[in-house]
Parts: sequence; C-alpha cells; structure tokens
Amino acid sequence: MTSRQPTLKLKSQQLNTLINVIKQRGYTPVGPVVREGSLIYDRLNSADELPRGWTDEQDAATFRLKRRSDNAYFGYNVGQHSWKQFLFLPKVKLFTSIKKGKTFEVIPNSPHEIVQNYAFIGVRPCDLQAIKVQDLVFNNGQFTDPLYKTIRKKNFIAVVNCTQAGGTCFCVSMSSGPRAYRGFDLAMTEVLSGDDHFFTVEVGSKSGAEVMSEIPHDIADQTQIETADKLVERAARQMGRSMDVKDIKEILYANLENKSWDDVANRCLTCANCVMVCPTCFCSTVEDITDVTGEHAERWRRWDSCFTMDFAKVFGGNFRPSSKGRYRQWMTHKLATWIDQFGTSGCVGCGRCITWCPVRIDITEEMRTIRSGAR
Amino acid sequence: MNSEVCIDPMIPLPARIQRVVWETDDTFTLLVEPKSENGKRFQFSPGQFNMLYAFGIGESAISISSDPLKQNAIAHTIHRLGFVTSELSRLRRGNFIGLRGPFGNGWPVDRVKGMDICIVAGGIGIAPLRPVLYSIFHNRKEYGRIFLLYGARTPLDLLYRVELEQWSKLSDINVLVTVDHSDSSWKGHIGVVTNLFSYITLNTLHTIAMVCGPEIMMKFTIRELQQRGIPLEQIYLSLERNMKCGIGLCGHCQFGPKFVCKDGPVFAYTQVSHFFEKREI
Repeated sequence: MTSRQPTLKLKSQQLNTLINVIKQRGYTPVGPVVREGSLIYDRLNSADELPRGWTDEQDAATFRLKRRSDNAYFGYNVGQHSWKQFLFLPKVKLFTSIKKGKTFEVIPNSPHEIVQNYAFIGVRPCDLQAIKVQDLVFNNGQFTDPLYKTIRKKNFIAVVNCTQAGGTCFCVSMSSGPRAYRGFDLAMTEVLSGDDHFFTVEVGSKSGAEVMSEIPHDIADQTQIETADKLVERAARQMGRSMDVKDIKEILYANLENKSWDDVANRCLTCANCVMVCPTCFCSTVEDITDVTGEHAERWRRWDSCFTMDFAKVFGGNFRPSSKGRYRQWMTHKLATWIDQFGTSGCVGCGRCITWCPVRIDITEEMRTIRSGAR
Repeated sequence: MNSEVCIDPMIPLPARIQRVVWETDDTFTLLVEPKSENGKRFQFSPGQFNMLYAFGIGESAISISSDPLKQNAIAHTIHRLGFVTSELSRLRRGNFIGLRGPFGNGWPVDRVKGMDICIVAGGIGIAPLRPVLYSIFHNRKEYGRIFLLYGARTPLDLLYRVELEQWSKLSDINVLVTVDHSDSSWKGHIGVVTNLFSYITLNTLHTIAMVCGPEIMMKFTIRELQQRGIPLEQIYLSLERNMKCGIGLCGHCQFGPKFVCKDGPVFAYTQVSHFFEKREI
C-alpha cells in the first residue's frame, strides 16, 4: 500500500460479518477453536466458534484452558497448533509412479488439486513472523516448494495483536510482537472497556481494504487507538520470559563444546515435541510406498525432526547419534545457523517449545546457561 | 509427460541403464542415459550429484563419476549398502531408474587453471573426483603438475583399476595408490593415504588440493596438507550427508550453517573449517 490507511473500528458484533465476507470472497476461514480441552486451529464457520471467554494458562510443560471473566474473542495466546500445518502440509503426496514394462511413468501430484484459499483469522504477530520466516525457507532462492508457494499466494491473513502475554511468551525479545507492523491483510486489536467491545483494524493490503469495504465500520478515533495501543503495550510488559539475542550467533558458534549441552541432553527425551509445535521448523523426509502388485508406487513427503535417531544417518554411519548432538543441532539451528542461512532468527518467541516440552526444557533458560558459561 | 515434470526438481525422470560395471564385490557403476527434455541435454560439473530413484524403494544421492563431455552415458559409482543401493545393484542394462539432478556445487576445475592439482581420494571418494581428472585431461596444458593419491582398504577394493593402470603410465600425472592392508601379492604401498605425501613434493603456493573420502581421512589429509604448507584456502573437500531432497529444503544435510546439497557438496575448506573437526555437527 502506498498511502497510509486510517485505523478503522469494527464493532465486535461485526466479527461474524467479517468471517462471512471472507467466505463469500472464496476463502476457507481457519482460526482458533477449542477442541478436547485444548486450543487448535481449524475451519471456522462463524465467529461463534471462536474460543470466546476462554484464556490459557501456560508454563513449561503446562497448558490449561480457563474461563475468563469477560467475553473476549481472542483472550488467549497460542496452542500447540501453528499455521504451518496449512502452508507446509504435514503429509503430502509428491508423485505416483506406475510400472510400464522395463520403465515407469512418474505422475506428479498437482498442487492445484490440494490447494485451499485459506483465510487465517487470529494470527498472532509472532506467528506472522513465523510465516515470513518460512517464506524465506520455501519461497526465496534457487529452489522453491511449489505447493507452499501456491498456497501462500492465495492466503489471506487477519492478525490479532496480543493484548496479554502468555506464560511462555518472549516475542518482545525476538522483535516479533506483540504488535504486527506489516505482512498482513488486516491487523486487529481487540478492546473491551466497560460495555464497549470493538476491534481497531489496520488495513495492510488491497484484499484487506476490499474485505473491510464490505463490512459496516467506523474510522477509529484517537482515544480508541490509544486504548488499543495501551493494551498491546501492557502485553509487552507482561512477557513471562525473555532472551538476550545480542551476539547470539557468535556465542553459540563459539560454544559448540560447552559442557551445558551434556546437561540438557540428560534431560531431553528427543521426543521432537518442540519441533512439531514450532511454527518455523521445516525439516521433512520422504517415504516410498508400493501396492501389493509392486506396479504402483507413491512418494510422500512428511514432517521430520532433527531429533529422530535416523535424521542424519547414512548407510555406513550416523552423523548425529547422541541426544546431545541432536539437541545442539536443533537449538543452534534455531538461534544461530538459521541467521546465516536465511538472514533471520528461526525463533519467533512464541514459547510453544517451552509449553509443550514434557520435561520442561526452556530454550530461554538453556540460552542463558550457555551465555553465562560462555567461553 | 508434460513440461511441468522437468521443472519440478522433486520429480524424478526415468533414465535407461546403458551398462552396469562391477568395480569390486560390493561397488558397481551404473551408466545411464538421461532423457533430454525439450532438446535440453543433461549437463553437469565435476563434483555434482544426482538423486537416483529405485522404483518403489526410494532415492539415494550419488555423485556423478563420468566425463562431463560424455552426455549420453552418465556414470554413478555406487556402494551397495542400504535398501536403495541394493535394489539399484539388481538392475541390468535396459532397466530404468529415476533421476533427479544434477544438484550441488562442483569442484573449482575452471577457476584453478594454471595451478598444480593434488587429488586425494579415500575409498569411494574417488568417484566424484574422476570427472575432475577427465576435465583436466581435456585441457591438460592449462594445468601444472597433477597428483592423484588414492587409498583403499585392500587391493580388491580399488575402483577404476583399468584407468588407474592407464593413468599411471602417463608422464603428465603422478598416480600413487595405497591400501590399508593386503597379502604379499600386492607390490604397492601399504598404509593410510596420507603416507603417500612423503613421495611427492608440493609447490605450496601453486597447489590446489581436492579431497574426498571418509571424514577421518579428510581430517588427516587436511592436517598433512597444512603441515606441508598448503594454505587452507587452497584446499577443497566434498562432504557426505543424509539427503532427502537435494535442493536445500528437507533440512537433513545441514552441516552447521551449510546445506551440503546446495551449498556443497564441494566446499573450500575455509568455508567449513570452523565446524569440520567438531563432533556431530
């Protein structure tokens, strides 16, 4: 957008209109919903399905949903899901191969058959940053992932800025929140004050402007904007955790043999939970299958993790057999080598890896330990 | 097959096996004819690799070991070790494999003209270096002295024996071969490949070293070269890692900040020296 759009005001009652307009424009809305006591991202048919009046209590190895005293639509942070599951599919067929005498035919799986026009509703600023990080991985360079690229091209993003911080959040340290500044179609901030319940809305794209033009709204006044800003500032002050990123790459590169890796390796179960919940982890593997006749074969790509035993295995040896080697790979990749590879940190401070680690390993604490014992 | 197929680097193209050459008991060379799509011929640089697909079984990253000027028979020397390479070893002339590639960066063959070249290979590490030798022989006058130091476990494990024989007879290349152990029928050198350095004199400032073999062998070779005064930036090596995609997306081949598949497999030693001797990087 060339000219700066004024901040808009959307009454909370119009949130459902927003979802309807998005649907009418051919998108499949996806957003946070409560399922089986947890917070996940799934198809949204109406604003009524949002976890209204719920909040989350998070700490290392702890996630619990609780009732709020108000009716906020977005009064929680992030669950174990991230948007990556819609962009970088957990499992996807790459091709089918059919035997034809001595040769075979390879039929690529067309991305166009799989792709949905997703509208993400309620993307937190840290997760928006995670999407930008994965854009650099999959859609910027000599080789791109055609499927990722196609889905992203058709993607609508409605951010909801954070007005409270979760127990494991540290987006302020990673400069990825609690407010989003660019890279969205719409960015909303939810305001509840007295009987007043509304969203301030920043328009970040042509699609965003088109959507808003179809929904009754006002121009936000200065007081409303300031109220929203204060709520976001409050979230920034509430961060449960922090990470000092000064010289982080150099410190990790210089401490590959630090003895604290042995300590964390003794605690780490190499279960890969942190990788599965991380919104930026991008490793994948492929699996080849055949039917019983042996004439029909397929190759599937699925998410993989550097914590699995055979991740770095070649026939004849394993380059990373120990849990120490694998934890160090994950953490130094996320916080250091990623910077050399893609010009950005692989960590967005969402805190998921801390919340979902079954043995309470906290990346902010591990980094602090390395830093304090750095040589 | 539609045109989209050859654009997507994750989709293998069928390639006919022209010939199978068994080099040793467990190592064989597949010569394949890649399909030329839209009149575009398969071209590669020495040191690049292909992903070879055994139908229904899987893929393996295999260095190209033939002459870059011979575009109709692309050679892949393969050690039969896992499921994919075992299946590939069962294929015969006229069968088809799937091929994706070529991937990765090759040896700096063109950039080092005028220099002496010292090639150090251990075991199957000679495979990605053979195209370097072919390229040099095509432009022999443009290079200085050429050394090939090659080590294998036993005389029976030596690859490309016919060519080794031919090359040793040439006056413009110094071929030295050693084996780790052997019986008395072997008249050549015995011991690790680094021992061979004592038989040659390197012109330190004018020598480019190209090294490929097991990491322990490369580690000691680099130390030897360093002790002989070869500047580290004149040393190149080719690394092996687990690879699923070949295009820097699957994450498996990471070596510190490098993706071995797309940033390598050939690296200037100075690009990776910070990580090279660390365990489990």
